[in-house]
Amino acid sequence: MIVEIETILAGIREALPNSGISFRKNPGPSGQHSLLVDGSNLVEVCQFLQDTLDFDLLSNVTGVDWPEPAKADAVAVPEGEVTPAAEGFLEVLYHLYSTNRRVGPLVLRARTADRAGNAKIPSVVSVFRSAEFQEREIFDLYGVIFTGHPDLRRILMWDEFVDFPMRKDYVAPDDYEYEPTPHDAVLEKAKTHYPSSETQDGKIQDTRKEPVL
Amino acid sequence: MDSPSSTIERLPAPKRPGGWSIPGWGLLQGLAVTGRNMVESYYKKERMTTIQYPEERAPISPNFRNFPFLVFDTDPAADLRCTACSICEKECPPQCIYIVLDRDENGKSLKRPRVFDIDLSVCMNCGICAEVCPFDSIYMDGEYELSTDDRFGGLLFGLDRLAKSAEYHMKLRPEQATEVMARRKAEEEKKAAAAAAKLAKAKADAEAKAKAAAEVKPEEKGEEV
Amino acid sequence: MISDSSMLYSTPALETGDDEDQLLRVSLGPQHPSTHGVFRMNVVLDGETVVSLKPVFGYLHRNHEKIAENATYLSSMPYTDRLDYICPLSNNWAYAHAVEKLAGIEVPERAEYMRVILAELTRLINHTAFAGFILGDMGAWGSALMYAFREREKILDLFEDLTGARMMANFMRFGGCRNDLPAGWAMKCGKLVDDYGPFLDEMEKFLVGNEILLARTQDVGQLPKDILINGGITGPMLRAAGVNYDIRKVEPYGIYERFDFRIPLGEIGDCYDRIMIRFLEMRESLKILRQALDQLPEGDYIHPKAKIRNFKPPVGEAYGRIEGPKGELGFHLISDGTTNPYRYRVRPPSFINLTLLEDMCLGLDLADVVIILGSIDIVLGEVDR
Repeated sequence: MIVEIETILAGIREALPNSGISFRKNPGPSGQHSLLVDGSNLVEVCQFLQDTLDFDLLSNVTGVDWPEPAKADAVAVPEGEVTPAAEGFLEVLYHLYSTNRRVGPLVLRARTADRAGNAKIPSVVSVFRSAEFQEREIFDLYGVIFTGHPDLRRILMWDEFVDFPMRKDYVAPDDYEYEPTPHDAVLEKAKTHYPSSETQDGKIQDTRKEPVL
Repeated sequence: MDSPSSTIERLPAPKRPGGWSIPGWGLLQGLAVTGRNMVESYYKKERMTTIQYPEERAPISPNFRNFPFLVFDTDPAADLRCTACSICEKECPPQCIYIVLDRDENGKSLKRPRVFDIDLSVCMNCGICAEVCPFDSIYMDGEYELSTDDRFGGLLFGLDRLAKSAEYHMKLRPEQATEVMARRKAEEEKKAAAAAAKLAKAKADAEAKAKAAAEVKPEEKGEEV
Repeated sequence: MISDSSMLYSTPALETGDDEDQLLRVSLGPQHPSTHGVFRMNVVLDGETVVSLKPVFGYLHRNHEKIAENATYLSSMPYTDRLDYICPLSNNWAYAHAVEKLAGIEVPERAEYMRVILAELTRLINHTAFAGFILGDMGAWGSALMYAFREREKILDLFEDLTGARMMANFMRFGGCRNDLPAGWAMKCGKLVDDYGPFLDEMEKFLVGNEILLARTQDVGQLPKDILINGGITGPMLRAAGVNYDIRKVEPYGIYERFDFRIPLGEIGDCYDRIMIRFLEMRESLKILRQALDQLPEGDYIHPKAKIRNFKPPVGEAYGRIEGPKGELGFHLISDGTTNPYRYRVRPPSFINLTLLEDMCLGLDLADVVIILGSIDIVLGEVDR
């Protein structure tokens, strides 16, 4: 069942007047509109939704990288005139369901201030335990720092890894194991990466044969 | 909010066997099942599922797909159906197809691949190349004994190993190949008919023009007169 | 409702008192037969009792989501087969369902029926294999797994006839399925459904009364309902604890509202209930399969206007979820109007069901950890993605 998002929005605004919450329209055919929550009030909003409106299942937490803020506003269209963010940011989306009332998804979005030093969002683990591993995953792959998370470590990548691989501007390091694919780009990359002696003495070579035609 | 739970009938909770009447009775029952399976595996067909592979082979299903191959109608050099349009190269999920378009000395496209490589060590047999090909040129093969000790070259198939005849396709997947052949034939006939019609139209146009010119001439002459 | 949120996050402080040297740190896995793949648990033991358990993931991580963002929508379909490789067709459906929501695509009736049939067959595969694996975890190594896999193989043969591959099906498309059912397939499937009931009887007889199974699974690993919901646990794990939440009923996707089936519920939610709930679910799946095969209509197997090449959904986002055999399997997609998804997120049930693994294991013996992990039913291809 689709959530009646206007009622929920009004309810939150009434209960938490300073929540800084706003409606965002989804232009696509799915009709899953969302609520943009100010990061500093996220935990209170989640607590309110859980206690009062019975949204007890936080099903999914998604991290998104928006280096171009205009793109984010094209997917989640603001109501009226809103000054777009000056720089790119990271966004975290929460999909909430109610197991008793059987409604959902209620989509919440929270945005960081930027993509570098202030990429911080409060953790909702204290309200929804299911966010624990998912927030760790977003920290691992996007670099969002969830303040208040009890155990914020890398989860899928190894601990010594430095970059955040799901960001749009991530560049894969050149040191992966070379596999001879017929693609020139990979081959060229491998040739520049490995010392020339190795590529020339036949250890790594272009195995592409000229076709017999 | 009206909850639809009333429509769900609840099954009773899983039964929890209570006190054990005979100690180990459940274990004996399980052992009876094992024993039955063992005995029946000697004579019951549905319990005999293993086959001795190199000597015996399970029949492969007509839809079975493994690696892709390219189809030519009569001659692999001259009439490969592939036009090197690179759609499969773009859609291939693991990016294992590599195509170079053949050009003549003036740089004009010859609409055929000079290089068409598929790296089978990367290919994941998904069949998307065959699905997206608009020229009925690439299909999935049923060959599965392709192991090689040459890790780098042995699994990189070029045109020499990928090109297979239309008869092979017909033998491998008769249903699909028949449908494709019929469609191609119809298309060709349509094309031929269209060309013939065009030719006829051009001829008719020319005739009509000539006729018109012939008809006009006397009038012009008449005007002159 | 949980009022005291501090209770939820109950990672125990490691007792480092006088008996610190009594504690034993065990790295269980990543190469261990009981971990169902490359999964590791850092367990701290006090004698035989678990004091702390930290799962370690990522040995199979390949950044599936990044690969999908750099590929077209269709190109990700074969990769979804490799998420939960026990049940590829459910993954296909979940992804197709999300994309259909994103682009607003209609699915013809026959395709919907085919999807239901394939998804329920997949559920049979998953739960049958689960029964084999959990018996293996309990030490009944071999027999149970062999019987389960023998039946599984029969279903995989059906899949091969239909999709061309036993496991890596790559079958669903946006707006339908890739090809139609081959001649005689529905009949073969009907025969399999008829034969499956006797197999389940046999399998139940094989393990239900088994005293070892009872002793090792009853009252092991249960947690209260509200903590399970709060921890995001879904699927048979949640229903075994008595929460009536099945997406096939709650949010009937496809054509599930046309079928008459029930949602089995457990009472306590211990490992025993989790095993039994899966047997009951298989019986319900057989019911759905019989109805679907009887009602299977003629018609298109894919929407005639469905686009295969150059597919571009409109700008927007969609979260689509189905009731996978292991729990809620969801895909969250964001489209910026190009041929590649801007964001592609998998909500993997195996991964999120592991959130409460530590809570279930605390205070129990090390041998119980193996059973509890087995009862969660994880596949590492999905956990690590």
